[in-house]
Amino acid sequence: MALLEVKGISKNFGSLLANNNVTFKVKRGTIVGLIGPNGAGKTTLFNCITGIYKSSKGSVSFLGHDITNLPPYKVTRLGAVRTFQIVHTLKEMSVFDNIMIGAYLREGNSEKAGKIAEECLKVCFLSEFKNKRAGDLTIGLKKRLELARALATDPKLLMLDECMAGLTSTEVKESVELIKKLKNKGITFLIVEHIMEAIMPIADNIVVLDSGIKIAEGKPEAIIRDERVIEAYFGQKFSKRLQKKGGARVNG
Amino acid sequence: MKKNSVRKNSIYWYLFIILLILIPLIPQVAGNTFTQHILVLVLLYASMSQAWNIIGGYCGQVSFGHSVFFGIGAYGAGMAVVKFGMVPWPGVIIGALIAMIVAVLISYPCFKLKGHYFAIATFAIVEIFNRLFMVWYWVEGALGLDYPLVDEGWKNFMWYETKIPYYYGALFLFVIIFGLVRYIERSRFGFYLQAVREDQETAESTGINSTLVKLMAMGISAFLAALCGAFFVQYSLRVDPPMVMSLSVSMTFVLVTILGGAGTFLGPLLGAMILIPLQEYTRVLWGGLGSGIDLILFGLLIVLIMIRQPKGIMGLINEFINYKQKKKQIFSESQEKNQKEV
Repeated sequence: MALLEVKGISKNFGSLLANNNVTFKVKRGTIVGLIGPNGAGKTTLFNCITGIYKSSKGSVSFLGHDITNLPPYKVTRLGAVRTFQIVHTLKEMSVFDNIMIGAYLREGNSEKAGKIAEECLKVCFLSEFKNKRAGDLTIGLKKRLELARALATDPKLLMLDECMAGLTSTEVKESVELIKKLKNKGITFLIVEHIMEAIMPIADNIVVLDSGIKIAEGKPEAIIRDERVIEAYFGQKFSKRLQKKGGARVNG
Repeated sequence: MKKNSVRKNSIYWYLFIILLILIPLIPQVAGNTFTQHILVLVLLYASMSQAWNIIGGYCGQVSFGHSVFFGIGAYGAGMAVVKFGMVPWPGVIIGALIAMIVAVLISYPCFKLKGHYFAIATFAIVEIFNRLFMVWYWVEGALGLDYPLVDEGWKNFMWYETKIPYYYGALFLFVIIFGLVRYIERSRFGFYLQAVREDQETAESTGINSTLVKLMAMGISAFLAALCGAFFVQYSLRVDPPMVMSLSVSMTFVLVTILGGAGTFLGPLLGAMILIPLQEYTRVLWGGLGSGIDLILFGLLIVLIMIRQPKGIMGLINEFINYKQKKKQIFSESQEKNQKEV
């Protein structure tokens, strides 16, 4: 059974259709990448899944529960936790306290929650910043902090919204390693990402959105050869030129 | 290490409370009702502001409606004594519970508004309740409730000759409210309050039911504010709507906390320690000039401090401590260097 099942989600803002009948599944223990050009509706889809927006049509189920239009905190309590594209660090609190907020979800006892938070600090390589004010961190660390906070809630599914945008290449590598490590611990991922060299090697499955419509789904190797995907990213002209060149490029 | 520092802080705190208990033994205090009066008011205002601090400081929902809850508490005790001829205690409890219920009912729709809009909505609520109590015949409308002369003592919570028992009453209130906030600050609920203050969307996406957290904070805050109101009416032996349910009373809650440092544990105490003596001494010194000089000075003080440090006096103190620590660190580092060179 799929961990997360999105069935025919549509979302419109007035006459603008941001998501149109999007359907896909996320299997347990896999990493699914959600890609698409700017304005494709990836973040909107995220917001519909996590209940920040109410979807106009369709349904979402997680672990067999129907979570369509459930308030965000309930979705999180079930174990589907998200991070934000624009970082939402709790600025005035220390790094440690930020993670404590997540740890308290499953553990009311401050001491035990502290241990969970301590562990998440270590896993996300944030130990040395423990007592720093979260607002003073660099963007890369803030994104990692957000991941650590989500991790502290003991999630089954982590939904990362462009958690690598704006990072240096070393930081991207670190994040990729981190995601691999967490996957081995049994966490399932749904990742929105623009950086192809980061997402392609780790994803088991890729879903491509364009103008709110799912245009392709499949293994990363297949996706990068998919005509519609290339067209969506680079335009028809480029796509045709590529076709003319034929398989030469693809085959080597 | 963190545990140790917490324990150390606790010791300081208990020592401070013991000091407060012993203060009336000082002859200058024991013989001077004016000093006693100031001490009582400092404790009362600190308690009031700390009650506000739960929702306004820690949870970041700036409410100007707290004079309503303060007033309901005051009327609770007042009605018990004046209308029903009882001891005030049942009125205190009932008043506080009503204040809590009213707070939750009012806040639920208001919490749909955020930031400044929430604050404006609470402004309106004060005016509504003020007018309501002004024309409400059952609670004597604008005339207010005047206390009858009853026996002195703890049973009626009323004294005429001395203010020392009032001081201990206020101290009791102070210890309860500050103790509760201290407990909350370190609990899960305290963390959730701060998370909601910092970013509601994040709080929600981390599994926090932010509406529930805000309503609980408001309920607790209103309950405690009402207890302070009940004390206030027992102390001044009279209550009418403008005395308790007015914007200026609401403002005191807010200003004292903000001057001291909103969202900090000691902020309300520091704020009250500055405002109350200022208020009472200016009243004595320049009473003929009309009231308000204290507020002019206080306003000026707030402006000056806020320009420097938006987190109030506690913010300044923390800044100073950090500065000292950094200096120490740099000093020891440079010393190490020197030693190596030698």
